[in-house]
Amino acid sequence: MECSQCSVHLGHCAGEENWVDTRTVYIGNKEPPPGAEAYIPQRYPDNRIISSKYTFWNFFPKNLFEQFRRIANFYFLIIFLVQLIIDTPTSPITSGLPLFFVITVTAIKQGYEDWLRHKADNAINQCPVHEVQHGKVIRKQSRKLRVGDVVLIKEDETFPCDLILLSTSREDGTCFVTTASLDGESSHKTYYAVQDTKAFITEEDFDTLQASIECEQPQPDLYKFVGRINIYSDRNEPIARPLGSENLLLRGATLKNTQHIYAVAIYTGMETKMALNYQSKSQKRSAVEKSMNAYLIVYLCILISKALINTVLKYVWQADPDKDEPFYNQKTDTERQRHILIRAFTDFLAFMVLFNYIIPVSMYVTVEMQKFLGSYFIMWDDEMFDEELGERAQVNTSDLNEELGQVEYVFTDKTGTLTENNMEFIECCVDGYVYVPDAICNGQVMPGSTSMDMIDSSPGPGGKESEELFFRALCLCHTVQVKEEETVDGIKMGIHQNKATSFYISSSPDEVALVEGMKRLGFTYLRLKDSHMEILNREDEVERFELLEVLTFDSVRRRMSVIVRSTTGEYYLFCKGADSSIFPRVISGKVEQVKARVEHNAVEGLRTLCVAYRKLSVAQYEETCHLLNSAKLALQDRDRKLAEAYDLIEKDFVLLGATAVEDRLQDKAADTIESLQKAGMKVWVLTGDKMETAAATCYASKLFRRSTQILELTTKRTEEQSLHDVLFDLSKTVLRQHGSMTRDTFSGLSADCVDYGLIIDGATLSAVLKPSQEDSSQGNYKEIFLEICRNCSAVLCCRMAPLQKAQIVKLIKSSPEHPITLAIGDGANDVSMILEAHVGIGIMGKEGRQAARNSDYAIPKFKHLKKMLLVHGHYYYIRISELVQYFFYKNVAFIFPQFLYQFFCGFSQQPLYDTAYLTLYNISFTSLPILLFSLIEQHINMDILKKDPSLYRDIAKNSLLRWPIFIYWTFLGVFDAVVFFFGSYFLFNNSTFTSNGQMFGNWTFGTLVFTVLVFTVTLKLALDTHYWTWINHFVIWGSLLFFVIFSLLWGGIIWPFLNYQRMYYVFIQMLSSGPAWLSIILLIVISLLPDVVKKVICRALWPTTTERIQVGEHTHTHTNTYTHTHTHAHIMHRSTCLHFRTR
Amino acid sequence: MMASSYNAKEDGHVTVPGGGTIQNKKPDNTAFKQQRLPAWQPILTAGTVLPAFFVIGLIFIPIGIGLYVTSNNIKEFEIDYTGTDMSSPCFNCSQSFSWNSTRPCTCALPFSLEQPFESNVFMYYGLSNFYQNHRRYVKSRDDSQLNGDTTSLMNPSKECEPYARNEKMPIAPCGAIANSMFNDTLDLYYIDPNGTRIQIPLMKKGIAWWTDKHVKFRNPGGNPNLTSAFQGTTKPINWRKPVYELDTDAENNGFINEDFIVWMRTAALPTFRKLYRIIQKKNNMTPTLPRGNYTLEVTYNYPVRSFEGRKRVILSTISWMGGKNPFLGIAYITVGSVCFFLGVVLLIIHHKYGSRNNTADIPN
Repeated sequence: MECSQCSVHLGHCAGEENWVDTRTVYIGNKEPPPGAEAYIPQRYPDNRIISSKYTFWNFFPKNLFEQFRRIANFYFLIIFLVQLIIDTPTSPITSGLPLFFVITVTAIKQGYEDWLRHKADNAINQCPVHEVQHGKVIRKQSRKLRVGDVVLIKEDETFPCDLILLSTSREDGTCFVTTASLDGESSHKTYYAVQDTKAFITEEDFDTLQASIECEQPQPDLYKFVGRINIYSDRNEPIARPLGSENLLLRGATLKNTQHIYAVAIYTGMETKMALNYQSKSQKRSAVEKSMNAYLIVYLCILISKALINTVLKYVWQADPDKDEPFYNQKTDTERQRHILIRAFTDFLAFMVLFNYIIPVSMYVTVEMQKFLGSYFIMWDDEMFDEELGERAQVNTSDLNEELGQVEYVFTDKTGTLTENNMEFIECCVDGYVYVPDAICNGQVMPGSTSMDMIDSSPGPGGKESEELFFRALCLCHTVQVKEEETVDGIKMGIHQNKATSFYISSSPDEVALVEGMKRLGFTYLRLKDSHMEILNREDEVERFELLEVLTFDSVRRRMSVIVRSTTGEYYLFCKGADSSIFPRVISGKVEQVKARVEHNAVEGLRTLCVAYRKLSVAQYEETCHLLNSAKLALQDRDRKLAEAYDLIEKDFVLLGATAVEDRLQDKAADTIESLQKAGMKVWVLTGDKMETAAATCYASKLFRRSTQILELTTKRTEEQSLHDVLFDLSKTVLRQHGSMTRDTFSGLSADCVDYGLIIDGATLSAVLKPSQEDSSQGNYKEIFLEICRNCSAVLCCRMAPLQKAQIVKLIKSSPEHPITLAIGDGANDVSMILEAHVGIGIMGKEGRQAARNSDYAIPKFKHLKKMLLVHGHYYYIRISELVQYFFYKNVAFIFPQFLYQFFCGFSQQPLYDTAYLTLYNISFTSLPILLFSLIEQHINMDILKKDPSLYRDIAKNSLLRWPIFIYWTFLGVFDAVVFFFGSYFLFNNSTFTSNGQMFGNWTFGTLVFTVLVFTVTLKLALDTHYWTWINHFVIWGSLLFFVIFSLLWGGIIWPFLNYQRMYYVFIQMLSSGPAWLSIILLIVISLLPDVVKKVICRALWPTTTERIQVGEHTHTHTNTYTHTHTHAHIMHRSTCLHFRTR
Repeated sequence: MMASSYNAKEDGHVTVPGGGTIQNKKPDNTAFKQQRLPAWQPILTAGTVLPAFFVIGLIFIPIGIGLYVTSNNIKEFEIDYTGTDMSSPCFNCSQSFSWNSTRPCTCALPFSLEQPFESNVFMYYGLSNFYQNHRRYVKSRDDSQLNGDTTSLMNPSKECEPYARNEKMPIAPCGAIANSMFNDTLDLYYIDPNGTRIQIPLMKKGIAWWTDKHVKFRNPGGNPNLTSAFQGTTKPINWRKPVYELDTDAENNGFINEDFIVWMRTAALPTFRKLYRIIQKKNNMTPTLPRGNYTLEVTYNYPVRSFEGRKRVILSTISWMGGKNPFLGIAYITVGSVCFFLGVVLLIIHHKYGSRNNTADIPN
């Protein structure tokens, strides 16, 4: 059934050559010979790379448009325009100036960045390339290159566009390329020239080449390419050859170890894969940002309701014409004639303008700056620098800093993340006999010597043959390269003469370990030359095998194969892969013994691979070739067709044996996992590895403890029972325990309660997640599964395909509690999960830099995750939450008095404060203290945060930005505003303030309120500061001083450019009055009092863990190191230095 | 100390020249970048805040008592002369008001002071329900005109509308504030025990801010003759005489007339008072205003009936803390007591719970 279906599908695809999705490129842009398909000229972009967003002309309008697309900027623009159009209480400058400032700064920043990009683009676009035209080499600017041009690239040159390799200076038609600038992988990769053009080695030759390339239209996947080349030789039918990603040289990669190559351009300019990959990935938004937006909406509602209330009250109050227009305050005629509705609407807008400061522009700027500047602390962190790799932590996005403090689920990859991905060959097992290379002779192994150690009895007579076949299989079945340049070095250095003069490179460390292990067992893989693999056997003879086909590894099949022909003309198919993908395909061999050994090794935590082979007859080989070629030639769905072909070829194996490779745990991986669990995070390990291996790693990394009760949800169990029953069984067990656990939590004894660990494998997982229509009860599997997971402290998912990893993350993300997830991994197979999770962390590992490139943050080692989350995440979260709350607080306290004042000025929109104060309050008087606070606040010492991970629980679930806390802050703001306003009101009400009997006016009233406001708001922050460095002192006292100096100056001069002088001497007169001083002090004390009392009482009666630790730390500091830390700061500094060094 | 400084130097040597090498990627080990700046780490606990509360209490209560006593020692007398009441002597004047009556209406209000006013006495007029802080009103002025700018004199700012021009002539001073200037004349007579009326001398100097009178407000041009300086302008509609006839004294005429300047400083709240005159103490022997009977003679020009306003006269002495205002003293005493009380509460909390917290810490 399945077969017929796919063959139908195959036929369908082959018949439908979709010309829209492919392009035809004529090499050298020569017209095809007559009789070929009709020449369809296609237009392609030139090879100009444009990474810049703007040109000189469109920068201004386009940048403004981009900026005003942000809701906040647009809101402020509207307010500004309203101020320009209608007669408003405050001058347009008050909102125009901050907006202008923000827009200008952003525009300058973006303009500068774009200028840099222009410069970089120009450098690239104008760099010379060598094009082959009419048998001559012409120098050309890179941007003038067109699709179809044949170019000559020399060693160490970077490819100017995406090219199909036609021929190289090397005889075998290969070239080496490093893609370091594309994906960070610095290893050399081999690319292959098209077999039939390999012979074209001079410029003149290419003049005679007539060929066309059909390939897919450009797509961003760097590792995927399908195409076909048709070579027209004289009058014959064109020869068609498949093209794959092994023929495609990508723009941005560099040619290495090859003198020169000839290649033809197929994708140019913005259509190159590199350019297509410029497209930024989707933006992730943090939980804090979401709460901030929710608060904004609340404040917008407050703003609108305030304006509405005031408008309504205004018209109620004005119903009496003597109040609306008393004799002393007449309207102009135009005002009188205006329709009442228009008047009401303008009044509403005017109130909006008056109160609009409640949503400040500066909050966005401050938050952005905090995030941007704050992220430097991650990069600067000395403890997250890895000496070995020479790498420090990277921040790819600063939007998610605070999310690091909110993580509830950690999804980690195993290989390369928890483990070193530094493989060491441990043993192999051939037909049940175990071979262990002698560790002592490491590096000194002489070929032919008995360097192996038989654990079991020596193999029987037949054993020798299969043993050698096994070794040969391992020597042949891989994609390892031999790095040759080292040979030269090795010869030069006499000391190394005895040592290996070459070493192996591969994208998979397992393969290197295996090939090296084979070397120690006597079979040395020498090189791949002219499609022949050379092996030095135990007898010191070189054996040559012709490499016919490589069926590359992929994570779905989980195996790879090679087809070789021995010198005797026999065809072999060697295959190695995961046991689960080999055993079902084995028809003979000592399956039981090998299986037992594999399981034994897996339990030990070793990575096991099985090796099998199949002898092919010539006919079988030809059939295989046919299958493969037809799949390779397909333009559509090539991957699927290849997979189908592989499936047909890789069968009927004879089992040879198994290997075991050890992957050591990373430094402090166990400690990190333990800390994360103590911090209340659930750690899930998602791996493609075998269950036993993965479980062993989990035990070693303390994810599972001896006390952990393991629940299995694997294919083995679901074979015995139905999935349904298994799920219900498990959930029953878990829930029963859960009930008693909650009781224990109350009594505080939960620490060492029985916890559960769940193991699930990929197959079962897809069964659980499979949506099914026929049975309604099956739809609940997901929920039951989630319920079980929620009650397990650790989950291990093994046998995962990359996409399944992302599926799991998505499943947890969308569970009802919407927990914050973090995914960490190092390989390309983790990218999907890194992109899916709220926070994606890449490890700069051995499997290339793809994970690090796609992540939000990249760290050198798994152990750095601990500091990243427990220290940086925690700090960023408390910092930004205080920042957000404080911003709303200070603006409520700022604007609410204006609202109250409307009740005393006939709802006339009279502002309480002067324009300068309105403008500068958020920009300069109160901006820096909170910005610096949000950069350097440390409520608890860093070391304590690391030592005591449970503190992380205190901020879990966005606890500092919950609604009650937000409401508390808002009410605090309102309370303070009421104190400021009515305090000043009762002082001003009908009384003289000065000792010379003179009276103050409305501007003095506003200035008094404002002075109290600035001081209160700044001191409130000072009270919240737990970490007073000199910077805090400087900024807090500096802003207050700046306010005073500014006010003195602002009122000290008749400003010639202003048309009003209402602030003249107001501040100075106010300060000359004794009661004003007394009332300022009094009002500040009253405003701050409730918050202090609340804090102190809460701390005394219901202290959080954090607060308890703070007090403990404090008394500790007092008794022991007070003098060191505070009175002699430099001594303290020295001691930390010493401390660092000893570490 | 030596070791650490040497170490720092060495680090610097390695990082600076090693451009492009691995060493270059190593973050600097500075206190700022490693977030290990020396810092003072205060924590608000019951124990630390407690003394502050007691100190605030102990400071605030005496200040409050001082303020309260001072405020109580200030003598203040207030008399309403709006004339809404039939029995009021000003009832007729308030009823028969018209803007263009040529003969001013006067009324006399008798009152008596129970206690003598010892030091300088400040005489205020007070208005209620008068929205000097209405936005349309507040902005209806031209500060550059008032500062003596001749172009603004002839071209008053748009803000002054509808009081900018009268029949094409620019109004000086323009705007609603100036137009509605308070123009009642208040005179004070002492009826001495044998029945003779003695006019009490009222000083009109020093009622406006010094900076207003000398810097902010200036007459236009260098012309000493105000009549010609204001040539080409017209008086505000509600005024009876032009601005250059406000006073005979050249130092108190035109824009620098102190009554005018006082009026131009708009009040913060709809009920306000403004300084009218100062009664200076003559000598140490007699009080400024001895106890006894007085008459307040009002030239009733200013209508407030239409907007239900009230007019009153306030006589007050002044201390270092200004006029009578018991609020500040009471507030200080209250806050001081609350702080003291909170201090006691915190002391109890500290004793009961503070020790518990500490013991809970030790096993950790």
